[in-house]
Amino acid sequence: MKISKMQELLDAKVLCCEENLGKHVYSAFGCDLMSDVLAYVTDQAVLLTGLVNPQVIRTALMMDMVCIVFVRSKEPNEEMINLAKENGIVMMSTNKTLYTTCGLLYSNGLVGTAEVEK
Amino acid sequence: MSEKLVFRFDVSGNDFTSAGQASVQVKKNLRQLGFDNEIIRRVSIAMYEGEINMVIHAGGGVAEVHVCEEYIEIILDDHGPGIKDIEKAMQAGYSTASETIRSLGFGAGMGLPNMKKNSDEMKITSEVGVGTRIVMKINCKGTNE
Repeated sequence: MKISKMQELLDAKVLCCEENLGKHVYSAFGCDLMSDVLAYVTDQAVLLTGLVNPQVIRTALMMDMVCIVFVRSKEPNEEMINLAKENGIVMMSTNKTLYTTCGLLYSNGLVGTAEVEK
Repeated sequence: MSEKLVFRFDVSGNDFTSAGQASVQVKKNLRQLGFDNEIIRRVSIAMYEGEINMVIHAGGGVAEVHVCEEYIEIILDDHGPGIKDIEKAMQAGYSTASETIRSLGFGAGMGLPNMKKNSDEMKITSEVGVGTRIVMKINCKGTNE
């Protein structure tokens, strides 16, 4: 799914790297636990989270994620925005909850990352 | 790249907001050196988890990354409290992290197993009250092709 399409569906405010709205994401991972992002994300995915700290962006960077959507109207500070800018990661903020955000993206064709085996 | 390159970082334990900076730098360096994306990804995850652990549990330490064509070795040294029971610490879901750390998105007991998963060899030596040394080796040829 194109990042611009996600922005439309979520009525999200773009916080940085608008020039990359044309990039695609192939799956999504929604969670506030960065340890799990590091353990389970496998491909060029979007991170949906309500957690706001610089490690969210560094985690996304480590996993080659190209977009972060902050849910529940959370917004990162300037330091975080600069870190994302330096690395071309699109950041957006939506007033929707994590559940609604996931539902909207999923019902429009964006799948989750692979299932987790115990 | 005929000679081994060594990158060394002092990882501060005082400021959680800076945790992960060394890993971001290593990832950049490996990209510039032209390593395969999958190798870079494994090194990044293993090192980032290790770096976060050093900040959370040990008050910081020193991270060294040795890079040559055949392998990349990550060496993490700290003077923290040490790991009492390494076998237990390696179990997925086991963690001694505080609620504060959990609220920051870490401390779920996934770090060490994930470091092992992403490296070809991992060795932990630890002494309670003295510190911990973790050496992770990621082979660049053969194993992952």
